[in-house]
Amino acid sequence: MEQPSLFSSLAMSVADLTRYLRALFESDPILQNVWVEGEISNLSQPSSGHIYFTLKDSSASLRCVIWRSTASRLHFMLQNGQAVEVHGAVGVYEPAGQYQIYVDALRPVGEGRLYQEFLRLKAKLETEGLFDEDRKRPLPERPKVIGIVTSPTGAALQDMLNTLRQRFPLVEVILAPTPVQGDEAPAAIATALKLLELEKPDVILIARGGGSLEDLWAFNDERVVRAIADCGVPVITGIGHETDFTLSDFAADRRAPTPTGAAVMAVPDAADFRQEVEDFRRQLEISMAAIVSAKRVELQSLSASFLHASPFRRIQDQRQRLDELDLRSSRATASIFALLRVRQVGLGQRLAAVSPFSVLERGYAIVQHSSGAVVRSAKHVAPGEKLGVYMRDGHFSARVEEQ
Amino acid sequence: MVEPIIETLSYEMAFNELEKIVAQLEAGQDSLEESIALFERGQVLARRCSDLLDQAELRVKRLGTDTTQGD
Repeated sequence: MEQPSLFSSLAMSVADLTRYLRALFESDPILQNVWVEGEISNLSQPSSGHIYFTLKDSSASLRCVIWRSTASRLHFMLQNGQAVEVHGAVGVYEPAGQYQIYVDALRPVGEGRLYQEFLRLKAKLETEGLFDEDRKRPLPERPKVIGIVTSPTGAALQDMLNTLRQRFPLVEVILAPTPVQGDEAPAAIATALKLLELEKPDVILIARGGGSLEDLWAFNDERVVRAIADCGVPVITGIGHETDFTLSDFAADRRAPTPTGAAVMAVPDAADFRQEVEDFRRQLEISMAAIVSAKRVELQSLSASFLHASPFRRIQDQRQRLDELDLRSSRATASIFALLRVRQVGLGQRLAAVSPFSVLERGYAIVQHSSGAVVRSAKHVAPGEKLGVYMRDGHFSARVEEQ
Repeated sequence: MVEPIIETLSYEMAFNELEKIVAQLEAGQDSLEESIALFERGQVLARRCSDLLDQAELRVKRLGTDTTQGD
């Protein structure tokens, strides 16, 4: 073996060499955008928020760094021994002369493949129209029977039952227990759904707690999705966490972010019902008061017209008429008398005017025969006859001398 | 018409009847005696509804024959 010459080339500085290596890495397109699969070891999560670990397989290892900003977006916990795929760019940490990959994405092994399958199925079922908006039915306003498809041992069931108890305990719940992950899950879920539909609930909740894409995979299975689409009862799905979307969620009539959310969506709040009943109670009182008030007014006006038409009133009226007649008759009588008096006086005067005694007042004399008969004519006296002459203030006798 | 005994009414039935009575009283077309009778029945119905809401217990029925402990 030849010894390399100690004097063959000019020495670079360590820094220069390191910088050269770094530039080499940074200019390579594959190294800047690569997915690498391995097992996590030497996991370190200091308080700075950055995460450091070594990705290894049977014969090599690779240093990994996840900056805090990316780390905070991870949706699962990292553990030593976990098989993962990381994505990122390979660089050189110059002070340590260490190449490492700066991770910007990370997923459990197999999830990549699963996700591809997810996309493929989604496209296929979407074209069939299973996710169309107009297929989705409205939820019943006041359900009486609620069906639940979920694991009998999971926290999801307890969360939903507690929510229903608190919110609207007037419903009946029918539980169709089923495994929610594993190979047997999809068929079991589809069967549970069909059995539950036979009980004729008003709405069905399909739920399971949070997990990885693999854990939730049963709800991406074609058999489950078709069972939901074929279901004659409205379906609400509450699968995983807020950010988890499965194909079952797309096929459902409504998707809730969590199992609890599904229970909330399914029933109205009893508090609203209590309010409605209270409002009705108030309205009864208001209406009743209005009716009583109206009847009272009716009575008062009836009373008024009643009094007006009563016999008592009629008597009063008659009395009044009588008084009026009285007055009128008195007046009439008085005027008749007055008239009579006037006429009497008039007569009196006239009488007086033609009374012989009033003639005397005027100076005339009344001549009488000695028999007392009044001399009415000058031819009736004989000469030498004795006559009586009556004047105003006395009388005397007289003898006729000549005619 | 014989009116159903209120204690036997379900929430929905009590609520629906209460709704009808409220509408009828609002219309104010009945005699005073009828109105009072309606009012009293309405109050009892309202009480039945809120009692049901307060006292109801969630009923859970389970399909299938598994032996695992449920709710």
